[in-house]
Amino acid sequence: MPTLTPKHAIEEHTGMSTETLSPAAATPVPETTRDRVRSTTIPATAPDAAGTEVRRRTATVRHTDLYAGFGATVAALSLVALIYTQLAPFDGVLGFVVLAYVAFIGFYALLVSLDEDGPAVRDRVVGALVHSVGFLLLAVLLLVIGYTLARGWKAMVHLNFFTEDMSVTSPLAALDEGGVLHAIVGTLEQITLALTMTVPLAVICAVFLNEIPGRFSRMVRTIAEAMTALPSIVAGLFVYATVILSLGYDRSGFAASLAISVMMLPIIIRASDVVIRLVPGNLREAALALGASQWRTVWHVVLPTARSGLTTAVILGTARGVGETSPVLLTAGGADAVNFNPFKDWQNSLPLVTYKSVAQPSENMVARGFGTAATLMLLVLLLFILARLVGGRGPGQLSRGQQRRRVRQSAQDRARYARREASPVDIFDLSPAADQPAADQPAADQPAADQPAADQPAADGPAGADPGGHAAAGPGPRTAHEAVSRNDSEDRNA
Amino acid sequence: MRTLDSLSTTVPSAPDGPPDAPRPARQRRSPADLAFRGLLGGGGLVVLAVMLLVGGFLLLQAQRALDVAGWSFLTRQEWEPDAGAGHFGIAAVLTGTVLIALVAITFAVPLATGTALYISEYAPRRIKQTLISLVDLMAAVPSVVYGLWGAFLLTGNVVGLARWISTYFGWIPLFAVEGGDPRDPLASESVYTASTFIAGMVVAMMVTPVACSIMREVFSQAPAGEREGALALGATKWGMIRSVVLPFGRGGMIGGTMLGLGRALGETIAVVMIISPIFQIQPHILQLGSNSVSALIALRYGDATPIGISALFAAGLALFTMTLIVNFFASIVIARSRSGAASEA
Repeated sequence: MPTLTPKHAIEEHTGMSTETLSPAAATPVPETTRDRVRSTTIPATAPDAAGTEVRRRTATVRHTDLYAGFGATVAALSLVALIYTQLAPFDGVLGFVVLAYVAFIGFYALLVSLDEDGPAVRDRVVGALVHSVGFLLLAVLLLVIGYTLARGWKAMVHLNFFTEDMSVTSPLAALDEGGVLHAIVGTLEQITLALTMTVPLAVICAVFLNEIPGRFSRMVRTIAEAMTALPSIVAGLFVYATVILSLGYDRSGFAASLAISVMMLPIIIRASDVVIRLVPGNLREAALALGASQWRTVWHVVLPTARSGLTTAVILGTARGVGETSPVLLTAGGADAVNFNPFKDWQNSLPLVTYKSVAQPSENMVARGFGTAATLMLLVLLLFILARLVGGRGPGQLSRGQQRRRVRQSAQDRARYARREASPVDIFDLSPAADQPAADQPAADQPAADQPAADQPAADGPAGADPGGHAAAGPGPRTAHEAVSRNDSEDRNA
Repeated sequence: MRTLDSLSTTVPSAPDGPPDAPRPARQRRSPADLAFRGLLGGGGLVVLAVMLLVGGFLLLQAQRALDVAGWSFLTRQEWEPDAGAGHFGIAAVLTGTVLIALVAITFAVPLATGTALYISEYAPRRIKQTLISLVDLMAAVPSVVYGLWGAFLLTGNVVGLARWISTYFGWIPLFAVEGGDPRDPLASESVYTASTFIAGMVVAMMVTPVACSIMREVFSQAPAGEREGALALGATKWGMIRSVVLPFGRGGMIGGTMLGLGRALGETIAVVMIISPIFQIQPHILQLGSNSVSALIALRYGDATPIGISALFAAGLALFTMTLIVNFFASIVIARSRSGAASEA
């Protein structure tokens, strides 16, 4: 946005406006140019007295801004380097960075204030602060990921890290022995079990919250939202106290997956609820108006529309569940050997192995811990990228493949309609009487409504509408919705 | 009919057959629909049952320890449930939890606000979606990874900062460090490690993305008309943000921060990896030793007797209640705010 500082901009503006607008407003449009005006040609202007008009820059960043930023950086670095090396007995990288940053902001404000006024200086300084905070957060994220990967690399380069377990390896053994296969197996099995239990239940519950509104569903929603506040360690403690202490089962992968389920269920319900709520009502209404029953509406319209959002919700919930240590800590046991059976004997998992390994004094175990964390991090990254590929699209926004499928389907529909018109079945005995007055139409409709399935041709009418009902509650309204949602997103962008 | 005639729409002549009469609005559902609705209702019921089971079990288990301890559960600092009443309480761990959460919020709010403003107002449109994904990714990073980062990288680098703060601001009781002597160059620096401060910084990294995504959502909903109005009146970009975007998004900012706080309170593993647990109220956030409710549960679940388990449940219940209250107020604040109607939080 151009900052309207009195020194530069306003003169330009007034100059522009008097020059361009007033002659155009004063002189009537000549007859010859009227048709050109209709095709939105620029109205004639008076010949420019000062020669050709110079195109103005509309970029928001000006050269002086760049100069000021560069100059402030150099000045700040030099000043702080001078302080550190010559003037004061300071040391430490953190202090250097902080001091340099403060100095940079100071110098930058000073430089900008040389040719701007107060509000503009504040604007620039805040802009610099906001930019640096944004980059600081990104830097932290990269640091967290990079640090884990870098320190885990030492263990991960040995292939046995992924193919062996720790059952016969001593903590002090070199990194070319032992591995975390047991943790990988455990994590994958536990999360699979947890997803099997959670996803159908969560999606059914989310559909329930949206499709059968009422006092009961409102209560379920309130409780489910309250349970998102349940700390994960308490979920673990719950399963520990019920399954292991009260019921007397041993710790197992299944117990861990129960704990993860208790933790994930409210999260996925809440996210799916939001996604399904975003399905536009006119899609539902279109399907119902075309005669589809409620479950057909949900199955063929609501769920497909919300599919990418639901997938994203599930995958992000999975990422949370995979990375959570505390429920597993209490319930899985922590075996050192590969155990493929989650229902019997202890298992382990990636976050748990990480937690236990780095607490040990042996250097190699710490390296293994970082390797495990890096493996976990890669797994989460993979899930996350998957979520971005699948989702990140609002309901009704189609991927390219879906669009192609949609186009193919409507082409088929068109061919089908064409075929049907080519060999007309006399649906209502009306087809030759197309030129009759419209008054006959309801009269013909009446018997069909009265005895819907009585005669075969009449049943063909609704059937023609019904596949159209779900296939195209498909093409028709959905493209309309697409237009709507595109409008929406444009509005939001604008 | 007559009113319709008065409009210039042609009304078709009345059909033959039975006269038109108001039909019952009640629809008869097909068996398939009834079964479907039954399935949905059943799903909702199961979820409700599971949730109530968890909550009820939590209450029931906590009941026993609370009966034993009475009000001393809130005031005692030590944790020896086997020694009977008056020997265990959550005063120390609850204080630790709140302090860690407050430190986390102190770091997270400026970071989240700045990043949200950057993404919604300053970032070029090309990279906006990428930035949003990165912030979401930050929320998906496992807490154990943050714990590693805090325990192995941050601890070593923050000691200097902690010493500096305690040297110059030690007169504020919060920043005082007992046993740390800034004038003694040989004094051990270990007194500055494993503190509330470092745990709070790590938790802040987990809180920031949660708060940031809600703030960004709210900022981006600030009405374009008001933005353009402010700019047209000659406001700078910052002037526009201060007079339109921030007031509009205030509810979302507060609500997002509180949701983040809810996550900060329950955070376990990262805290366990960093702090060295003590069972007394530790008001000096820079000093070695701290504790939190979830850390208590993670450390003590193994050797607990039935009364010990019950006491842990009571502590968990206190934590859950606190989180619930915070989240509840967060959703109220978000829903009441001008921007909250359309936000997802």
